Amino acid sequence: MSGLATLLLLSPFFAIIAFVFIYPLAQLLYISFTEPAPTLDNYARVVTNPVYARVLMRTIWTAVLVTGLAVLLGFPVAYFMSRARGTTAALVGTCVILPLWSSVLVRTAAWSFLFQREGLINSGLMALGITSEPLRLLYTQGAVVVAMTHVLLPFMILPIFGSLRAIPNDYLRAAAVLGASRFATFREVLLPLSLPGIASGSLLVFLTALGFFITPALLGSPQELMIATLVSQQIREVLDWPFASALVGVLTLFVTLLALIFSKTLRFDRLMGAQS
Amino acid sequence: MKPPVDKASLALGAYVYAVLAFIIIPLVIVIPMSFGTSDYLEFPPRGFTLKWYQEFFDSRQWRNATWLSAQVAFLTAISASIIGTAATYAMVRGRSSLATLFQILLIGPIIVPHIALAVGLYLFFQSIGLSGTVPGFVLAHTILALPFVVFTTASALGKVDANLEAAAMSCGASRFNAFRLITLPLILPNVISGALFAFIISFDEPVVSFFLSGVRYKTLPRRMFEDIEQNLTPIIPAIATLLIVLSIAILAIAFLMRSRAKA
Repeated sequence: MSGLATLLLLSPFFAIIAFVFIYPLAQLLYISFTEPAPTLDNYARVVTNPVYARVLMRTIWTAVLVTGLAVLLGFPVAYFMSRARGTTAALVGTCVILPLWSSVLVRTAAWSFLFQREGLINSGLMALGITSEPLRLLYTQGAVVVAMTHVLLPFMILPIFGSLRAIPNDYLRAAAVLGASRFATFREVLLPLSLPGIASGSLLVFLTALGFFITPALLGSPQELMIATLVSQQIREVLDWPFASALVGVLTLFVTLLALIFSKTLRFDRLMGAQS
Repeated sequence: MKPPVDKASLALGAYVYAVLAFIIIPLVIVIPMSFGTSDYLEFPPRGFTLKWYQEFFDSRQWRNATWLSAQVAFLTAISASIIGTAATYAMVRGRSSLATLFQILLIGPIIVPHIALAVGLYLFFQSIGLSGTVPGFVLAHTILALPFVVFTTASALGKVDANLEAAAMSCGASRFNAFRLITLPLILPNVISGALFAFIISFDEPVVSFFLSGVRYKTLPRRMFEDIEQNLTPIIPAIATLLIVLSIAILAIAFLMRSRAKA
């Protein structure tokens, strides 16, 4: 195929990316450095004002927590899925993939029903006698962490599943024949070989969690803002565009930098590949 | 050979099914709640009614939001699959020096936080009058759907032998005709399933739509967001149930397409 034809076929892609992706982001960055005057003040505010510095730290900590929880919950599921056959495999696979393609809003709404004062979790806890009166679950950072873990779990399971599935059963059998305990097999064979999947899933979950908007906005407490909710507040209520742009700038630069550093571990095709 | 069942396997199984319950229960729970008769959300629901579904379909606001989202999702599916398939074909068949750039730009919309894109587009579209318009939503959603279309199409295109097209062209077909008559039919199931993914990505997209929605034109997710934020009524479980049914249907069709392609 001629170079001209290749370029022609690629041009709509490059055009829409330039127009709807690169330009708007560049414009935001530009504003963050130039308004009200050519300045770094907007960025200085993000870092030096203790309120905003705390929002940044809270966002990073929440993302770390969600990533850790997702590994703990996701790895065993991915392992089970990679060794399952037939109906079990189909059942587990459906449970993992279905949420991935169902609306984030639906899942967030479901958690807000569960976390309500008279919701299922509170009534369950009271029926079991664990608490005597309903706990305040909704509008807490805990609610945000649980719901975000729920939303992001498939992004952890699928890459780990991809790397575990590539490990032949013979390796595990060989380890067993050589007298390795289950834990030793896990530590010496499964874990090292699945590390690329764990790294890819963790990075994907961590980076996505940093910019999460819907779930913290609906389930979080107004006193414990996360960065995306702060951005929305600055734009919708305070109308401070330059500062909001700086916040977005910090977030985007941080995420892009991490993604570039670890670009070798990120395997997006695994997400789709695992579905086939 | 089946390994013997022991305590460790049982514990692993129990743990895995507990996690699967954690994944599935929040999705399943909204279904019975949507049929409850009381005006506030309760579980287990008392009685059985379809009034929340009726309220949804009777409400002009919800109908308009659904119609807007459906239009946008349909156009997004078309534009993302055309742009995505063309680009994928060029990348797979052409020896392009742009490969690295293409990959970085493709992954960009997945990596960059949606809130950043949403805010950037809000500002930009406001200045050129695209905010809250169908073309504005379609452009934004196409960006988000493109990576998924490309991944799905590329996996099929990689398996089609380039010699088939060479043969067609040596028999006098133009490259376009060779693509249209030989390659496209072979990759069509994946192109369609990519388009279906693009449809559902757009139909459900909440963050960009949150900022791009005007006062009059609000997508379904934007209306849902407001309803959840302000007054949580059983109409939300009813809509959630409809959306879950829609995702299951679309996923099922997409997988059927792709498994048929493999057979």
